[in-house]
Amino acid sequence: MAARDQHGPGAPWGKDFHVVGHAQRKVDAMAKATGEAVYTDDIQLPGMLHAKMLRSPHAHARIVSIDTSKAEALPGVHAVLVGSELPIKYGVIPWTPDETALAVDKVRFIGDEVAAVAAVDEDTAQAAVELIEVEYEILDAILDPEQALVTPEPAIHEDRKRRDNISKHVDLSFGDVDAQVAEAAVVIEEDYEFSSNTHTAIEPHCAVAQLGADGRLTLWSATQITHYVHRAIARVLELHPARVRVVQPCLGGAFGGKSDPFSLEFVVSKLAMKTGRPVKMLWTREEVFYAHRGRHAMKMHYRTTATANGMITGVDAKLLIDGGSYSSFGLVTTYYSGQLLTGPYDFPNYRFDSTRVFTNKPPCGPKRGHGSVQPRFAFEVQLDEVAHRLGIDPIEIRRRNFLGDHTTTVNGQRITSNGFLECLDAVEKASGWKERHGKMPFGRGLGVAGSMYISGTNYPIYPNKMPQAGIQIKVDRSGLVTVFTGGNDIGQGSNSMVAYLVAEELGIRPRDVRVVAADTDLCPVDLGAYSSRVTFMVGNAAIDAARKLRKQITESVASHWATAPSEVRMINGVVIDLQDPDRTMSQREAFHLAEEAHDTLGSTGSYNTPTLGGDYRGGSIGASPAYSFTAHIAEVEVDPETGRITVDKVWVAHDCGRALNPTIVAGQIEGSTYMGAGEVVLEEHTMNRFGLHQGPSLLDYRIPTSLDTPDIEAHMVESIDPEGPYGAKEAGEGPLHSTIPAIANAVHDAVGIRLRTLPFHPSKVLRALAEQKPAQEVQA
Amino acid sequence: MRVFRLQVNGDPLDVAAPEHWSLLEVLRYRLGLTGSKQGCDKGDCGACTVLIDGTPTLACLALPATLEGKDITTIEGLRPLHQKAGGQGVDPVQDAFDRCGALQCGFCQPGMILSTKALLSDNPDPSRREIQDALAGNLCRCTGYTQIFQAVELVADEVAGREPRKPAWAQAREQEIAAASPKEEPFQPEHGGQA
Repeated sequence: MAARDQHGPGAPWGKDFHVVGHAQRKVDAMAKATGEAVYTDDIQLPGMLHAKMLRSPHAHARIVSIDTSKAEALPGVHAVLVGSELPIKYGVIPWTPDETALAVDKVRFIGDEVAAVAAVDEDTAQAAVELIEVEYEILDAILDPEQALVTPEPAIHEDRKRRDNISKHVDLSFGDVDAQVAEAAVVIEEDYEFSSNTHTAIEPHCAVAQLGADGRLTLWSATQITHYVHRAIARVLELHPARVRVVQPCLGGAFGGKSDPFSLEFVVSKLAMKTGRPVKMLWTREEVFYAHRGRHAMKMHYRTTATANGMITGVDAKLLIDGGSYSSFGLVTTYYSGQLLTGPYDFPNYRFDSTRVFTNKPPCGPKRGHGSVQPRFAFEVQLDEVAHRLGIDPIEIRRRNFLGDHTTTVNGQRITSNGFLECLDAVEKASGWKERHGKMPFGRGLGVAGSMYISGTNYPIYPNKMPQAGIQIKVDRSGLVTVFTGGNDIGQGSNSMVAYLVAEELGIRPRDVRVVAADTDLCPVDLGAYSSRVTFMVGNAAIDAARKLRKQITESVASHWATAPSEVRMINGVVIDLQDPDRTMSQREAFHLAEEAHDTLGSTGSYNTPTLGGDYRGGSIGASPAYSFTAHIAEVEVDPETGRITVDKVWVAHDCGRALNPTIVAGQIEGSTYMGAGEVVLEEHTMNRFGLHQGPSLLDYRIPTSLDTPDIEAHMVESIDPEGPYGAKEAGEGPLHSTIPAIANAVHDAVGIRLRTLPFHPSKVLRALAEQKPAQEVQA
Repeated sequence: MRVFRLQVNGDPLDVAAPEHWSLLEVLRYRLGLTGSKQGCDKGDCGACTVLIDGTPTLACLALPATLEGKDITTIEGLRPLHQKAGGQGVDPVQDAFDRCGALQCGFCQPGMILSTKALLSDNPDPSRREIQDALAGNLCRCTGYTQIFQAVELVADEVAGREPRKPAWAQAREQEIAAASPKEEPFQPEHGGQA
């Protein structure tokens, strides 16, 4: 393991730090608690128009004609927009641009955007939308991924190089998995299925655009990727990027659901340009379900080989990924579905063959734990089966196969800090595993699982050599420090994180740091809030910028006091002469001295990942500067009469490197775990046989309420990463993964059934119990 | 269009709006009280919760015409009410939500905080189960509710003059700090946001 503390060898956390590691207020919490915080739909501009969308009623159809004349004639309507006015294709991954703001020639799912209207109010816009006449030529819809795999025609996307319905195929092999089968003491081979589910941020998508009198377009949008939206808007609207400003107001949750450029962002921008008026579009909850980009449904086949003492010798996976109608992040999803499984256990041999297909359903994308939650479920259940078969304790088998720290995975990913064993220890102890696992009455069980996740990757989406994260700091004569960051605070607290790190580094209080974020006119570029990259990358950039500034300030004070800069220390806003602790000055006085010496004060900092990844095509996808590790133990109660699973309690320990603010880290661990639990027992994003969403509302698509959520006990393991900001790693996505298999494994402990198809609805439980009974009778 | 006479956060207001508009639309788009949020517009999420004569009510399903003569409290009204009653800073519920980390994206929290206010005014020392029941109409997607429950319990503990309950991770950290430097006082976060 790395040194426990690189900021003073052997020093425990909390001793050398004045801000980091302590409970702190969030910079924006009071604004949120009082209703003062401005979210996108809270923006009201003078003369603002409201826009509504016309959506496809067909899963797959060619647009023959669109007649907008009646809509245009409706009093109060200012503009009607159709696809041919915005024909340039886009997509968050530059290699797969297959979306248009509005359908140009075809619609590809029920809910696909066809036309839009801007009017004096929403009611008028909606009335006008209903007057638009569209003639469709209906095409065969492909809804089943197995069918998509073998059905090249009709191609859902017709103008790609390959004329079929395969979105992406990745086949990578490390070592020789097949050679292990003959030697193995145990071979487990099973099929697993993960149904689709969706983010359900409580804030629906919303965007407001205004064309300024200076000819510059401003877009306020509920997005987690301001920079990519900026690039996409400029390209699709054919504007010089310097004429476009994208601002992310306060954001009401995202979880990956706001990390693509979305139709409404282009539409309000174009409508603002057409009408000369500000235009807002707020999607209804129903529309958010169509926008989706949620968890991909996956059909997964896994074969694990192991020795008699439980050492894994090979893992072979074949995955079929249902992508829905567009590419979105699909290229990355396909890689992640295999690349991120190679820890926290050592795989000597590994192969995965992943295929993402197009179907006529709402497009899937990145949901918290992008691409790796589904395989993690399958593998951790399979590993439990291996342990069960060999009679090894499920925690013990995970310990035996531990990958280690400062090592390399079979697929060439560099591992630095790794606190997985401590995570296992923590949940084992907290849950009373040794006394209780396998020993509780029928119907009650404990299950364990582990996982790992990235802290950002070195793949910057569009190839460039510029920093992945940038920070600018301005120092004011009042004593205030303003930090400018392109980072997107989506509720995870990244603005607070930036304030803590700058305050720690400068020796001032977080309340004296103001953070200006996610405004492309004002802030240096950050690539966005995805892949759990913000704390690691923006945090390192913030420390870089603040450290340069601290040097200027301490040198100026040292010169004034005629002492050495090393003798000048700033702590909580007071500058102290270490040789003469009675000699002090305020941060404000120090800033004045520094400004006299260095002219106007300011500083920049940036971060770029080192070169990482395996030396093969796709080897850098999933290559992260640091990986987080998690262990979960779940306790469930299974009612054999009703088939209902109740997740009573989940113990989770997460290796977050250093907990920069433990309160926020605990919130990320708990929120992830809760979301995972919902995916097991409640949530399913499904279409009927016509491709129609089964229930696009929060009543029908059930997420856990305060009554459904398990009792969650979070623990933090601080492995102190050598490259993380003060040793920190990610905490926002990793702790979702192993929740799901831990619950699945607990169900096995409770009633002896192996459920391999999510979600675990009561009907599946009852069926498995019924199938189990005759088998037991035969054995008896 | 119709003129509604409403009592919002203590202010008597005449507001003109289309007859079919919900209270939520009137609050947000006529009165500029955007603290009440729209998450679903059909009574499923609870983000629009306001207090009507002290009872948590979904503003997206409430028609303004039925509310004349009633006392409507939105999230914007909490701090002024607290200060009017002689309190400092924000309402203790708002403060506890911040101290416990219950405010992540913040979108559901105006409704959650108002539901909590109503709970604690009826039942100042609720059990965990009573808290879960009282907040079951307010969906939160960020927190998993844990830190929200802790915030409600923190207010109850402080009102009762008890030592506040602490989550397992916080107890573990305090023990570790105490072991490392026994003389150090437990850290108390400072009050208030930005300077």
